Amino acid sequence: MSWIADSLAGAFALAASGDLRLYAIVALSLEVSLAAVAIAALVGCLIGAAVAVGRFPGRRLVIVVLNAAMGLPPVVIGLVVYLLLSRAGPLGALGILFTPAAMVVAQVLLITPIIAALSRQVIEDAWREYEEQLRSLGVSTVAAARTLIWDTRYSLVTVLLAGLGRAMAEVGAVMIVGGNIDGVTRVMTTAIALETSKGDLPLALALGVILLAVVLSLNGIAYAVREWSVRRHG
Amino acid sequence: MAERAPEELVRLDGLVVAGRGHRALDGVSATLPRRRIAILGPNGAGKSVLLRVMHGLLAPTAGRVAWHAVAGRAPRIAMVFQRPVLLRRSVEDNVVYGLASSAAHRGLSAAQRRARAVAALERVGLAHLASRSGRVLSGGEQQRVALARAWALEPDVLLLDEPTASLDPGATRAIEAVIHEIAASGVAVVLVTHHRGLARRFAEQVVFLHEGRIAEQATVTDFFARPRSAAAHAYLEGDLA
Ligand SMILES: Nc1ncnc2c1ncn2[C@@H]1O[C@H](COP(=O)(O)OP(=O)(O)OP(=O)(O)O)[C@@H](O)[C@H]1O
Ligand SMILES: [Mg+2]
Repeated sequence: MSWIADSLAGAFALAASGDLRLYAIVALSLEVSLAAVAIAALVGCLIGAAVAVGRFPGRRLVIVVLNAAMGLPPVVIGLVVYLLLSRAGPLGALGILFTPAAMVVAQVLLITPIIAALSRQVIEDAWREYEEQLRSLGVSTVAAARTLIWDTRYSLVTVLLAGLGRAMAEVGAVMIVGGNIDGVTRVMTTAIALETSKGDLPLALALGVILLAVVLSLNGIAYAVREWSVRRHG
Repeated sequence: MAERAPEELVRLDGLVVAGRGHRALDGVSATLPRRRIAILGPNGAGKSVLLRVMHGLLAPTAGRVAWHAVAGRAPRIAMVFQRPVLLRRSVEDNVVYGLASSAAHRGLSAAQRRARAVAALERVGLAHLASRSGRVLSGGEQQRVALARAWALEPDVLLLDEPTASLDPGATRAIEAVIHEIAASGVAVVLVTHHRGLARRFAEQVVFLHEGRIAEQATVTDFFARPRSAAAHAYLEGDLA
């Protein structure tokens, strides 16, 4: 079991070493994934609310597709984004392949279905409780969707965290579209993959511990905020 | 001097609500006077379904609801549900939300809405809880907020579905006082309840519903003293739940 202690010690040593390249990698991971979550939150919650309260033909099919899309393999998304953004691809003119922007695009595609599917469930449950009351007050469907998003905000935070966790932990897609270029597109997961393949397991493990610590503290903060607000607002 | 015929409130015309091989309403026809009305009947009689149809939340399979015009327009109808649904925001904002959603109150400024919300909360005795979150209140308090939210809309008709269900005697008295005040302010109140004391004290007219039909419509005194239908008799004797 000494490898656990070793990697913990390695992680501390690495974090304490003041290695600017390490900080840059952690910062880029956060930037890319937080940007992706911000975009996916906007799009995903709108889709989720629309499917939750809307009544349109094909609604059930949309729900099944959304739920299935939660399990899309990241490498496939990476491949599709790569083809779209490559020089010969339809969006090649943007010239963002092998930049952090391409990684954001891939992560948005990865987590928008997750946020849409989970928020659909949360908002639909609330709609079941609220529908008659809101209709009685003469609230339009669009206004109802807005009310529901606001009223489920604490649960939606958890949904966004699920998206953030998935985005930060993902390696295949960002590897393909980012290229794992040192100092440009290298994030924690791709760095771990690289160090593992080079055989530097202690460094890979230390990076892994830091990744876990970052994800854990983000979740801890969000959990504390949620608990506090639920106690206050019910 | 001859007694003036009471003003008409609503005419229910052959209402049927059918679903899953069963009729929740099975031909409900009645003319209700503009009096304080209690709808009584055992569990599953169709009372809640009837209120929903009257409110327009549920379209009947057949039949129609014709409300008597008030001041030359269709009456404004509000409803308070058995389980009040408060939004995840402050008590005051819950009442403001109702006003902001109401087509009849489009002209109000935000400040006017807030002032009306505060006034409505004062009338139900909850002004001191205005800034508390709606969903952390007790059941009785939530029900009073729901009444304030409905009352603030200045409805012509207020439909109440078992507003005192599952409340303790103290909370029930508080709700009862509010309902009396709402009726005294000129709102036509239609009250569904299992609470006979409340029906006796509050109502003038009783509509007794049984298995989706109106088994009896009578003044409150006649209904409790001399029920004509066998179903009402059994209900009052406690043979029907
Ligand atoms: N939308 C609907 N369409 C058809 N039937 C319904 C509908 N909603 C409820 N019902 C059925 O109608 C019947 C009467 O229900 P309702 O809720 O009106 O009874 P109730 O008189 O209010 O009873 P309780 O005193 O228990 O509240 C029930 O069998 C119920 O399952
Ligand atoms: Mg009922």
